[in-house]
Parts: sequence; structure tokens; C-alpha cells
Amino acid sequence: MMPPICEGLQQASRWGMISTKSNQRTPEIMIDRKHIGLELPPHTAKVEKGRLKFFAKATGQTDPIYTDEDAAIAAGYPSLPAPPTFLFCLDMEVPNPFEMLDRLGVELGKILHGEQTFTYHRTVCAGDKIIYRSRVADIFDKKDGALEFIIKETAVTDEDDRKVADLKSVIVVRNA
Amino acid sequence: MSPVIFESVSVGNTLPELVTKPISRTTLALYAGASGDHNPIHIDIDFARGHGMPDVFAHGMLSMAYLARLLTGWVPQDQIKTFHVRFAAITQLGERIRCTGEVIEKLERDGEQLVRLDIQASGKDGEVKLAGDALIVLP
Repeated sequence: MMPPICEGLQQASRWGMISTKSNQRTPEIMIDRKHIGLELPPHTAKVEKGRLKFFAKATGQTDPIYTDEDAAIAAGYPSLPAPPTFLFCLDMEVPNPFEMLDRLGVELGKILHGEQTFTYHRTVCAGDKIIYRSRVADIFDKKDGALEFIIKETAVTDEDDRKVADLKSVIVVRNA
Repeated sequence: MSPVIFESVSVGNTLPELVTKPISRTTLALYAGASGDHNPIHIDIDFARGHGMPDVFAHGMLSMAYLARLLTGWVPQDQIKTFHVRFAAITQLGERIRCTGEVIEKLERDGEQLVRLDIQASGKDGEVKLAGDALIVLP
């Protein structure tokens, strides 16, 4: 069940990002629906301590378990834990993090992040290698095509093929 | 932090709130580097203007990371089962993000004791930036 998407796009509209006129759409800038089901190449990412410390700094995290390995071990983790949203970040550790958008023909400057969901199976820690498998689960539009929505689903597993987490992103494309 | 126990939690309880420093260009540059999200719309004013925006604006995932801090400040991270947000409005430079959470349901499922939280990140004048929910396992 998904709640209503992006009610707050009025904000984007106020900023002039989205035209409120909906009759200037041309069909050729719609994303080809043949891409529904598209699977992206799986990739493996390594969770690194230095990167986790940098992420803690960038997000204002001062809890020592995220920056001090001894504190993490004392809390029962094998090393620094990757914080809850960090799994989203490592999915970008590929030569072209925007490959899906490129393959769908979507321009980077036109997207907004609509929703994000994480379902966790276990906490990932520094030293873990994790595998990302993503697919385009759905593509649909609203407001006569002025807004298109891409649903990307990603399964994250560890090297022993155990489930780590499932991610779901709703990406909004501003066409008009 | 003293552990949060299922029996002692009631619907309507709120989490200790978290308020960030104002978001600056430095905040966004650091987050771009640390997160690996190098989308120039968040760090390059020329690119942002070229795409109809008056200035760069914050990554939605930065505020979701702040909400994650709200959760891990309340319970150990491995007790978080699901974490979901809808990005409702853009966060502009200079805004402070206020993260709040409230217990809206207590449930038992597959032998686990769970609480559902309503979570929110808001900015200037209380404008809701992110709204969502999380499912937390409690001992």
C-alpha cells in the first residue's frame, strides 16, 4: 500500500518547476513503458569505515557507535554499523549512478525524489560486501503526463545470498 | 540510553525531538561527498538555475538521514524493521530541520512486539518536508 504521492509538489509548482498548464505535453517525451520490468546490472559494494565516518559527519551524527569502532563493538556490532539510509548511498557506487535514468531517457535536472522505503533484514557493518539488484517495477503518469513516476525496487543481499534489505524509490519526473 | 520497553510504551508517546543546524552550502557539499549523490542540482547553482530553480536545494535523503538519527536516538538500529517517507516539500538553504515522531500503534506479529511510529521532518514555519512511518521491534 502506497500513500498518496507528493502532495507537496505544490511547492515545486510554486517554485515554477512544474507548469500548471497541462496541455503542452508531447507524447515523445513520455518514458517508454516497455522499460517496466527492466533489470539493471547487479553490482557489489563494500562498506568502508572511513566512508561511514564521513557520512556521520555529514549528517550530524554524534553517537560514537557510528564513528568509534570500539564503541560499536561494545554495542554488539562487529564494526561500525552503516546507518539506516546509507544503503541508498552505496547503490550509487557504480560507474554511472544515473544509468537507469539514462536508459529511460530521463534528464537528471527534471527529477525529484517522491518517496523512499527501506525494509531491513539485518544491519550492515563496515567490512561487509553487499550486492544490489534493481529493477524498474512500474512507470505511470499523472496530470496528463505533466508528472511521470518511476518505481525502482532494489533487493540488497550479502555475499552468502542472505537478505540484507529491500529498498523502494519513487522518482518523479517533471515534464511540463 | 535506557532501553525502550514495549510494555512501557503507549500510543501517543513522542520521541525526543531533534533539531538540526541551519542547512548551508557546506552541509550540502559534505552530504554530496559522503552520500555519493553528486546530482549537481544540490551543489551547483549554475546547474540549478539552468533547470528552473532559483538556487540549489537540499537532498531529500539528507533529511531522511536526520530522521534516521531520530530513530536510532530512540532505539538501537537493528530494531528498525521498516522506514518510509514521502518527500512533501523542498528544503531550502538556511532552514533547520525539526524531526519528530509519535507512537501511533502497538501490535504483535509473528511473535514480535512492534510499534508503528508516525515521523515527520519539518522546516521553516513548520512546513512539512518529509512525512512517513517506521515499524520498530521492542523487547
